[in-house]
Amino acid sequence: MSTFLLLVPFLAVVILNLLPKRARVAAFAITFLVLALETAAAFVARFVAVDWSFLAPVERVLGFGLSLDHLGGLLLLCAGIVGMAALLVGRRTLAEASERFMFANLVLVALVGINGIAMVRDLFTLYVFVEVTAVATFILITLRHGGHAFEGAWKYVILSAVASVLMLSSVALLLLSVGGISLDEVKTALATPGTLTWVAIALFLCGLFVKGALVPFHGWLADAYTAAPAPVSVFMAGIVTKASGIFALLRIASSCLGGALPGREILLVVGALSIVVGAFLALGQSNMKRMLAYSSVSQMGYIVLALGGDLRLGIVAAALHFFNHAISKSQLFANAAAIEERLGTLDMDKMGGIAARMPVTAGTTAVATLSIAGLPPLAGFWSKLLIVMALWDAKEYAFAAVAILASLVTLAYFLSLQRRVFFGKTLPEWAAVREAGVGLLVPAVALAAITVVLGIGFPFALRVLLGGGA
Amino acid sequence: MSLMTTLLVVLVLSALWASMTTPLLRAALALALTSAMLAVVMFSLGATLAAVIELSVCAGLISVVFVSVISLTQRRPFKEYLARRRARLRRLWPLPVVLLALGIGLSFVRAPVQIALPLPATDGDVRTVLWNLRQLDLFGQILILLAGVFGVLVLFKKEAKDGD
Repeated sequence: MSTFLLLVPFLAVVILNLLPKRARVAAFAITFLVLALETAAAFVARFVAVDWSFLAPVERVLGFGLSLDHLGGLLLLCAGIVGMAALLVGRRTLAEASERFMFANLVLVALVGINGIAMVRDLFTLYVFVEVTAVATFILITLRHGGHAFEGAWKYVILSAVASVLMLSSVALLLLSVGGISLDEVKTALATPGTLTWVAIALFLCGLFVKGALVPFHGWLADAYTAAPAPVSVFMAGIVTKASGIFALLRIASSCLGGALPGREILLVVGALSIVVGAFLALGQSNMKRMLAYSSVSQMGYIVLALGGDLRLGIVAAALHFFNHAISKSQLFANAAAIEERLGTLDMDKMGGIAARMPVTAGTTAVATLSIAGLPPLAGFWSKLLIVMALWDAKEYAFAAVAILASLVTLAYFLSLQRRVFFGKTLPEWAAVREAGVGLLVPAVALAAITVVLGIGFPFALRVLLGGGA
Repeated sequence: MSLMTTLLVVLVLSALWASMTTPLLRAALALALTSAMLAVVMFSLGATLAAVIELSVCAGLISVVFVSVISLTQRRPFKEYLARRRARLRRLWPLPVVLLALGIGLSFVRAPVQIALPLPATDGDVRTVLWNLRQLDLFGQILILLAGVFGVLVLFKKEAKDGD
């Protein structure tokens, strides 16, 4: 099935571009169908052992050497869900038909990249698919030329180029020191690592830190998220940054590092720095999208911090937080799109008391923010609890304390968001504001429902998402 | 100074020139020179096919694309050009200093690393590598080109419409 997960979105791009101009309105429907099929394939495979042998003849011709495990399946599931949410938001907020058509095409290209990241077993190919995702995203950011689109995209391009240099240098050094770049070969080499091998792994990790916008490489993220059109922000925040930076990190940790992780202090320090710096930067923002962007830096820090703890539990915790954050953050960006559509601004200082006018948006925002802050019984609580447990098991008490205390800062900036945007008396200028349209409410409500159901049915969710452990 | 050292010094200098110069045409030429030097280095190391690709694609084809695009641009007023050049030099002067310091520093480092330099692939091996072993990377390359095409459509179609 793995080859088909690359071929189907690729063929969908080809089909979209063969459609006559009048039939291009079907682009969103075709893309939605591809994403729904991917979500279904990733979800159903967790319940029943599907016999994919009827696809074997094609896989024999195009033997890409891919492999899909539980971790990869989790990324596919995230990509499918977030992609569908982004499309629904795009359908409502992208006015021009040409913009919608390009958006559908680029989402499909990025999807091939993300699916590749989920299934590759080789560091160079991982780099190639990270680049595929990144190139599609540069263009997505500039989809609407206005505002700071070019500045945001330019910063992303420049820092991505730095990441590429780091990753390619790492691949070259691994070829010299190990003689191969498959994950298995690197794992074997890391059992008795030489200096050059460690330098190579450190360079690759630094490249991924840039892609994942971890401190001190976070400079591009807020500009890119803010400059991008609403559906692109949903897609980027929900899955792109996570797949190209954080998931790749998870993949290396789970496939190459095994057992104890020497040098994990780097992950602990980078993770803790990202959590704290991201949280305090979020606290000082008045633009809603910028606050959400810095919040992402902070939450991705949690995922990296988990990998610095007890590795086995850490990978499970990191994977779960990865999923929870992908769902909640894409939902918050969908909520931001609804607010921007109705109010025409994202400046929180100009808002106030719109909960009465937009109750569904206010309610779903509360669910996502409380989940990210780690309040029980929502999904974010469980993943943060597992992260703290992974750190506790590794006797990293100070970092566990940082994780707990930073959650209070997270709660503080999200409560500040709620207060400034939704609570209080409705300002006169927003008295006539109406709730967002169904097109924007459906993804927000669906994503909020996932957060609630995951939280309440956590043991079941853990088994479904991670197969009882990574 | 050996031939290789000379080549590497010219390569670094031309890369610096490409980064620091203000006129786009000179930057494109400097980049072409950097690619040509890199191609010679690859030839010297025995990586013939990689050198040919670097020379024909990076030094040749890409330079042609750059020059074609630059020919569509307009020259800035001289005063503005001078101001931009000054600003650029003010911003980038630490670059050669850092590179020089890094080069001097690294020449003193004697890291205990074991490097088993693999033999360069022969022409036949490269075909096998590209089409049999790394076909997924080729697929990725096709996707990057496809994304590039969409990039041109998104950026330039809109500009053309704005210009109307």
